[in-house]
Amino acid sequence: MSEQKKPPSNPFFGSLFKIKPTKPGEVYGVPGQGDSLLISAISALCLIGFWSLATWAGWIKPLFLPSPIAIFNKFVQVSTEGFAEKTLFEHTRISVLRVFGALILACATAIPVGLAMGMSRVMRGIFDPPIEFYRPVPPLAYLPLMIVWFGIGELAKVLLIFLSIFAPVAIGTRSGVRSAAIEQVHAAYSLGASPWQVLTQVILPAALPEIITAVRIGMGVGWTTLVAAEMVAATSGIGFMVLSASQFLQTSTVIMGIFIIAAIAYAFDMLMRFLERKLVPWKGHA
Amino acid sequence: MGSLHVDQVTVEFPLGPNTPPVKALSNVQLEIQQGEFVVALGASGCGKSTLLNLLAGFLSPSTGQIKLNGNIVAGPGADRAVVFQKHALLPWLNVIDNVAFGLKLRGIGKSERHEIARKHLKQLGLEAFETHPVYQLSGGMQQRVGIARALASDPEILLMDEPLGALDALTREKAQELIIRIWKESSKMVFFITHSVEEALFMGTRLIVMSPRPGRITHTFDLDFSKKFLAGADARAVKASPEFIGMREQVLKIIFGDEEASGGDHV
Repeated sequence: MSEQKKPPSNPFFGSLFKIKPTKPGEVYGVPGQGDSLLISAISALCLIGFWSLATWAGWIKPLFLPSPIAIFNKFVQVSTEGFAEKTLFEHTRISVLRVFGALILACATAIPVGLAMGMSRVMRGIFDPPIEFYRPVPPLAYLPLMIVWFGIGELAKVLLIFLSIFAPVAIGTRSGVRSAAIEQVHAAYSLGASPWQVLTQVILPAALPEIITAVRIGMGVGWTTLVAAEMVAATSGIGFMVLSASQFLQTSTVIMGIFIIAAIAYAFDMLMRFLERKLVPWKGHA
Repeated sequence: MGSLHVDQVTVEFPLGPNTPPVKALSNVQLEIQQGEFVVALGASGCGKSTLLNLLAGFLSPSTGQIKLNGNIVAGPGADRAVVFQKHALLPWLNVIDNVAFGLKLRGIGKSERHEIARKHLKQLGLEAFETHPVYQLSGGMQQRVGIARALASDPEILLMDEPLGALDALTREKAQELIIRIWKESSKMVFFITHSVEEALFMGTRLIVMSPRPGRITHTFDLDFSKKFLAGADARAVKASPEFIGMREQVLKIIFGDEEASGGDHV
């Protein structure tokens, strides 16, 4: 036997992606296998630690980056004393209400429209041009138009967010219509279903996983749009708070606001994942 | 007495303006009487699935007509339940609600439809799995749920499109025996498509062998192997008997002949 030659391996990445024989319960060669929660926690702690060190040692001026403690103090202060005559809770509440109002409005319209587009050639023909026209345009580009049409009140903001959520939900629902296997549809018809029953009892439930994914994406887009809209024309809301604080160089309020925005977006996503597990436990099994 | 008549049915699929249409079925004549178990067998492309889709009402014939108990078939309906090879159960419903689905569509109340569904679950040995999600069942059990669902709506005829094709060999043989027993109990008409000659001979009371280009019925055999099994003979003994093997080779010769005649490369 000649000496066995090992296949070539990259000196750096080779060791990073090294495959060891697996323990029972694992599968050999699955990329990126294993739990990364502990590593993530350490990574986050290191970032905060480095941030604390940098501000404590005076490497960065507080005007640019206040210390984590200063930010927490600001959080407590705005929660109790408020910012621009409203407490943090009130700013958060109004932002969340705007997004949820727009989300409910968007789901109530975009899901039926998406279903209609998926089910009918005529409906698809009618709705495709307007949706495909405005969908790729950033909401901030048509915000001025919304303000001209609907003023700077709640209506313009909610409509802007509504529009940003509508397109992804309608498109997701439309493609979800294709999720039902043709055998499921045929089975329902051969059991005596009417077209309406097939729609409500086969196609809609089969599309639900994709609809939920679409709503989840829509929620993310809506939240992004909300903050942007509040930065342009508002006297309340988290986005307003961040922009207005930046104009007074209150960096700690800006960073605190960013953390709140991130935390709420994360909570939204967790909520959607929870709903997904509750509503479509069969997802990935069918 | 129920009966199904397929009368001089031809199906042509258009290919385009300048090419002649493909004849998927040519002059098919078939009659199924109450209590008959008709099995269709044939090389790929022989039109057996087209025939089943016609009977189910998913497809309408180019010429000729299909009558069930004297009424022309013009679309799918609850008098002709279809059992598919797979993917036909509804994963958002549990086992009993899948079985009761056809009854729900008819507006039958929950307790009544569950009672009927329970009867059929028992018939198929699934009574312990009533509330299980269907996606957690094995392939064989899922097919049994599909059969129970078809039976629950009390159709005139069961149309089975390779219902056992995706099962492993062992489960498949058990399922064959179960289906024969249930068919005997209910004395419904059955139209059953399979790729397995052994399955066809064992299960059917009549075998139709189909040939491609154009799809047509070329041979018909009357069978009594399932009768022997129902009279108490062991399934394997029936399948190993000289008559069975002789018949199997005869049918295989017909089908292989078709494969060679049509080039044999379109599996």
